Amino acid sequence: MLEINKMKQLEEKARQIRIDSIQMLTEAGSGHPGGSLSVADLVAALMFDVMKHDPKRPDWEDRDRFVMSKGHCIPAWYSALAQAGYIDRNLLPTLRKLGSPLQGHPDRVLLPCLEASTGSLGQGLSIAVGMALASKMKGNAFRVFCMLGDGEIQEGQVWEAAMAAAKFKLDTLVAIVDHNGLQIDGFVEQVMPLEPLADKWKAFNWHVISIDGHEFGQILPAFERASDTKGKPTVILAKTIKGKGVSFMENLCDWHGVAPNREQEAQALAELGVTKSK
Amino acid sequence: MAAKATRQTFGETLAEIGATHPNVVVMDADLSKSTMSKLFAAKYPDRFFELGIAESNMVGAAAGMALCGKIPFICSFACFLTGRYETIRISVAYSQVPVRIVGTHAGIGIGEDGNSQMGLEDLTIMRALPHMTVIQPADDIETRQAVQLLATNAVPGPAYLRLTRQKLEAVNKSDYRFQLGKGVVLRDGSDMTILATGGVVHNSLKAAELLTTQGINARVVNIHTVKPIDADLIEKCARETKAFLTVEDHNIVGGMGGAVAEVLADRGPFGIRMLRWGIQDRFGESGSPEELYQAYGLDVDGILAKAKEVYARI
Repeated sequence: MLEINKMKQLEEKARQIRIDSIQMLTEAGSGHPGGSLSVADLVAALMFDVMKHDPKRPDWEDRDRFVMSKGHCIPAWYSALAQAGYIDRNLLPTLRKLGSPLQGHPDRVLLPCLEASTGSLGQGLSIAVGMALASKMKGNAFRVFCMLGDGEIQEGQVWEAAMAAAKFKLDTLVAIVDHNGLQIDGFVEQVMPLEPLADKWKAFNWHVISIDGHEFGQILPAFERASDTKGKPTVILAKTIKGKGVSFMENLCDWHGVAPNREQEAQALAELGVTKSK
Repeated sequence: MAAKATRQTFGETLAEIGATHPNVVVMDADLSKSTMSKLFAAKYPDRFFELGIAESNMVGAAAGMALCGKIPFICSFACFLTGRYETIRISVAYSQVPVRIVGTHAGIGIGEDGNSQMGLEDLTIMRALPHMTVIQPADDIETRQAVQLLATNAVPGPAYLRLTRQKLEAVNKSDYRFQLGKGVVLRDGSDMTILATGGVVHNSLKAAELLTTQGINARVVNIHTVKPIDADLIEKCARETKAFLTVEDHNIVGGMGGAVAEVLADRGPFGIRMLRWGIQDRFGESGSPEELYQAYGLDVDGILAKAKEVYARI
């Protein structure tokens, strides 16, 4: 019963992430809705269930770390930060506007509750490796979570980081691949094939878990299994739908980097169950 | 004082300060025997991380360590490290984290290994990054003090430290105090100024001595901090002398000489004659360090000739 309540709460958090992302991106007039929608459930699970953190102590040394390596999906995390109380909700409509701490891609200097500045793809897993090494020096004081895009892992640096994480047996490190199968120029498997993807990570000595990235019944146990796995890092290959939750955006690479207009926003919000207000 | 490679001083200093600087960690990419980070590794194996021949990941992992309160020194040859520019740009410089990027084997002074192992454009690209401090010490004592400073949060952002493979004669006295961002007048003079950095400072001093026999009284300034550069001292020299020669074992495009020229352009006019001397926008090649310095005009005679050339334009 408790579990069902928890899932319902997480679903509500994820729905709010999707609503906020659509509204922020419409207001900004640019940005990346497809990926923000595909990571929403994973981000909700991390912020509101999996990660050890305290919004009252954002600089708590032993907090778990989250690195949004696919930096263009940061609107989803901004929403989660607002829902958790790290930032004021009123900041959300300033996304991508001049002078806003909510940069189009994450900037930890302007928004210190972010753990890393990213946006140039392929760098986040290395940063997460460094954080996990620091955790190891403190007796595994905290866990480190890194969200990767599937297109992103075409970058060679990701595999350099993968080698290092296995070498140092970084079992506090969890990489999540938001495997929506699309990138800007088309299907990942056509632009630059990744398959056999699970075998690649296994060959790099990672513990691999494949799940449906929109099912909390699979997401939460995956993070638990990652936590239980000792001696090697875990990667969660999360099959997702780009644009998930907004019918006309789903599975279309054209919605990778285009913001909805007001009409499309209204339709998207209606589908996300927002009744007309304000 | 015996001549010593600045990479050697670097390794020894790191090993010395390890005990008093617990936040210092060191990473290398399979060159610890050449960068001399092995000296730290031997003493503090728990704080030394071998990242293999994968420099981009080393840069990023260092950023992650720094974001968790460490002060990482990451070591490789200058060209291999600064070649991972995009990772340095976002994970380190944009993030404003105290990663110490230590590029050894700078310049044609490495000798026989040839061009692919020579850092020749690293100053240019590192100083183009906002928040990046760029330091190139000229001898043992200067290197020691620069490393001691970089081991603390006194430099809160990222820094690039450019070191030599070859041994360098001392140019500073034993009571020398390194001051970040302050050029050092090693020799006074009123006719012209030779501004040098790194391994060629000593040859520049020797050239200045020979110039006196020809009636030219040259001031010699050691620019150990290429960024932030000592604009006030450069302006002062521009007002007090009539010609500038900059000398560096590095491409003249955008290096220390370029940085000096920018100061003159922004603060002038001073009516000064200037010549940037160094690697003339070309790649290096194999040869002994001595042969190369002679062939590329970075030995005493080469610097002397260029000093006379720019002085003749007054």
